[in-house]
Amino acid sequence: MNELENKKIEEKARTSEKVRKAVMYSLLTVWAILVLFPFYWMILSSIKSYGSYNSEYIPKFFTLSPTLENYVTAFTAVPLARYFFNTLIFTVVTTALMMIVVILSAFAFARLDFKGKDIVFSLFLSLMMIPNELVIITNYVTITNLNMRNTFMGLILPSVTSVFYIYLLKENFEQIPENLYKAAKVDGTSDFRYLWKVMIPISKPTLVTITILKVIECWNSYVWPRLITDDQNYFLVSNGIQEIRENGFGRENVPAMMAAVVVISVPLVVLFLVFRHKIMEGVARGGTKG
Amino acid sequence: MKKNLTAWLCLLPAIIFLGVFMVYPLVDVLIYSFEEGYNFASQTSFGTGTYNYSYVLHDPYFIQALKNTFIIVIITVPLSTGIALLISLLLSNIKALRDFFQTVYFLPYVTNTLAVGLVFMILFKKTAYSDGLVSLLIQFFGGPSVDFIDGPYWAKMFVMCFYTIWIVMPFKILILTSALASVNPMYYKAALVDATPKWRIFFKITLPMISPMVFYLVITGFIGAFKAYSDEVALFGTDLNAAGMNTIVGYVYDMLYGNSGGYPSYASAAALILFAIVFTITTINLMVSKKTVYYQ
Repeated sequence: MNELENKKIEEKARTSEKVRKAVMYSLLTVWAILVLFPFYWMILSSIKSYGSYNSEYIPKFFTLSPTLENYVTAFTAVPLARYFFNTLIFTVVTTALMMIVVILSAFAFARLDFKGKDIVFSLFLSLMMIPNELVIITNYVTITNLNMRNTFMGLILPSVTSVFYIYLLKENFEQIPENLYKAAKVDGTSDFRYLWKVMIPISKPTLVTITILKVIECWNSYVWPRLITDDQNYFLVSNGIQEIRENGFGRENVPAMMAAVVVISVPLVVLFLVFRHKIMEGVARGGTKG
Repeated sequence: MKKNLTAWLCLLPAIIFLGVFMVYPLVDVLIYSFEEGYNFASQTSFGTGTYNYSYVLHDPYFIQALKNTFIIVIITVPLSTGIALLISLLLSNIKALRDFFQTVYFLPYVTNTLAVGLVFMILFKKTAYSDGLVSLLIQFFGGPSVDFIDGPYWAKMFVMCFYTIWIVMPFKILILTSALASVNPMYYKAALVDATPKWRIFFKITLPMISPMVFYLVITGFIGAFKAYSDEVALFGTDLNAAGMNTIVGYVYDMLYGNSGGYPSYASAAALILFAIVFTITTINLMVSKKTVYYQ
């Protein structure tokens, strides 16, 4: 009698566990669909032909006659390749310059002794609180007065320093045992050789994190490029996509627009899928946004 | 002495860039905001005073922007934090497919806001050819046909908030899942021994343990939402005033540049008002967090 009851209770517990699991997975799936659907929709729309897209009053969720003509249109009707290339230059140069500036400052703060170090460092930290919106007005005027509108210099220069990354890297550099530095000094190694041969290799994970975060930021930057460029030859992808949206392909050519959107989204998504764990770990440590 | 020199040389690039593009602008923006009738072309002004502030505060476009921004903040910050918390809790309770879900959820973080915003616009917009997928879905379930992009205010606000939440979720889910993973499992085992009910475990153990991270997200969420701008442009185009969907940051840029631009003084005044608002809210947040957050 007692055994039978126990079995019943056990069975009940098992079913309720199953129901719980089912509810959890279905909730998670709902959000996954909400996240993925826009991506699916943009790819789907980009391979529908112009005619078939516009003839579907109720859009179909699949297409039987995929076409690549929209991708051809996207590259020929608007200078998409140009936008792409500009963004690539902007991203690479900005990131590279910023790494140099950041590494040098972090090294100075972490390893070198000089008068006023603490004061300078606190001043740097206090700059972290300044929102971009506050300084962008004067920067716009500065760059305009320097005749650097519609140049790469104007696009790049204001974003080659980041106090936050200096801070992040300085913390990392400081974890490297001071004895190593002293040993190198005894051997007569110069400061810069030590930085290059010891500190940078040891801090590689942090450097990679910073690089990735900066690349994402550069690839998506919109506000500053919009202020500083009105010549299409210097548009970045974000401004390009806005231009396409407003004056785009003559008529409302949604499939071609979606093709452009796919092309712009692909590099970062691929980068993300390859460096998935690194990127997520990096954002968890040093990301903002949102 | 030589060492001093090396150090300053290392710091030189950073000091120059920060000086030119952060410290100087900070002083300059204050000056701009008090210069009345500043002319961008001739770089002259009539005098000094608080006229710029009063102009901005009486500008209907600014009032509209202020209202939009506050609605976005009030809706998206609690909702996104809440949903992110729920999803992270679910994620920490499963084993199979966990990595897959985490990867999918993070995707919006690495996408171009402007580009994906265009997809959202297509999904919600009513055109001559189609009512838009979302509107058709609503009609399928017996609702009215709604144009979310050029239609009524509440519809536009709905898309706006929906897209904002979609964009900010990855970061919040990521932070909360790692916070949940770092809670010492000993506490849960102790609770299990005592047969503590699940909701009680959540409110008495999980929530207090991750409360610093939750508050971190609330604070950064407030700051981020107050600076909303690119998402709006992505959905409604660059002329946000015409769409009635402008935000404070959008107002600043419109005053600076574009068809309505050329007024750095008004832009500066508006930017400083924004800064004052964000600063006040953040201070309040920090005060509240001191009282309620559990620090180990």
